[in-house]
Amino acid sequence: MTFLLVLLGGAVGAPARYLTDLAVQRRHDTALPWGTWTVNVVGSFALGVVAASGPGWLVTLAGTGFCGALTTFSTFGYETVRLTEEGETAAAVANVVGSLVAGLTAAALGWVLGSAL
Amino acid sequence: MPPHDPHEHHDPYPGFPVDPDVTRAADVPPPRLHTQVLAVVAAGGALGALARWAVAEALPHASGSFPWATLLTNVLGCFLIGVLMVLVIERLPDQRLVRPFLGTGILGGFTTFSTYAVDTRTLLAADRPVLAAAYLFGTLVVGLLAVVAGLRLTERVVR
Repeated sequence: MTFLLVLLGGAVGAPARYLTDLAVQRRHDTALPWGTWTVNVVGSFALGVVAASGPGWLVTLAGTGFCGALTTFSTFGYETVRLTEEGETAAAVANVVGSLVAGLTAAALGWVLGSAL
Repeated sequence: MPPHDPHEHHDPYPGFPVDPDVTRAADVPPPRLHTQVLAVVAAGGALGALARWAVAEALPHASGSFPWATLLTNVLGCFLIGVLMVLVIERLPDQRLVRPFLGTGILGGFTTFSTYAVDTRTLLAADRPVLAAAYLFGTLVVGLLAVVAGLRLTERVVR
C-alpha cells in the first residue's frame, strides 16, 4: 500500500515541478535558474510542515512522494555545473548559496508551522 | 582574426542548456507534444520517487543520524544527469520525450532537495552541528563532482 502512495505523489510532484519551471523561466531574463530554486524552496517548506505534523500516510504521500518529486537535486547540481562551465561563476555561487540558505530556512519555518498545527 | 584573449573562458560543452528541463524560456512545446511531455514526466516522476523510497527503505536511518540513503540517491542522480545530457544532446537530439522521461521525470523524481533540507534541519535540531555541516556540504561537493564525472566519462565514451 505504501508504495502506491509514493507512486501517486511522485506522479503529481514531477509534472508540478516541470510546469512551475516553465512558468518561472518565462518570467525572467537572468542567468539564475529561478524555476528550480522556486520548486526546491517551496518543496522544502511543504515537507517541513508535513514531516512535523502529518500522520504516516500523509508523510508518505505528500512528503516522500509529492515533495520529493517536486524538488530536485540533480537539476540543481547540473545547473550549477553548467553555470560554472559557461563562465557564470558568480551566478553558480549565488545559486548554491541562495538554494541552501533559502531551502534550509524554508524547511525550518515549515517545521515550526507544522509543529504548531 | 581577433587577437587571442588568454583570459577568454572556455566552455567544454558549448550549446548545452543550463536548465536541463526547460531548454529556453520560450520552449513551451506545441499542445499535443506538451501533453505527451507531461504524461512521461508524471510516469518518470512516479518511478523515480518509488526508487528513492526503495533506497530509503533499504538503508533506514534513525532520526539524528547520518542520512546515507538520501546522500546516495542525490549523488547517483547527479552522476546520471551528466551521463544523460551528453547522450541526449550528442546521440539522441531528435528524441523529444527521452529527456522529459529520464531527466525531468525519473532523475527529478529520484533526487530530492526537500529531504536534503529537512534532514539537515533535523541534524541541527538534534544538536549535531558537525554532522549537519558534513551532510549539507558533503552532498553538495560530491554531487557537483558527480555531475562533472558523468559529463566527462560519457563524453569520453561517445566521442
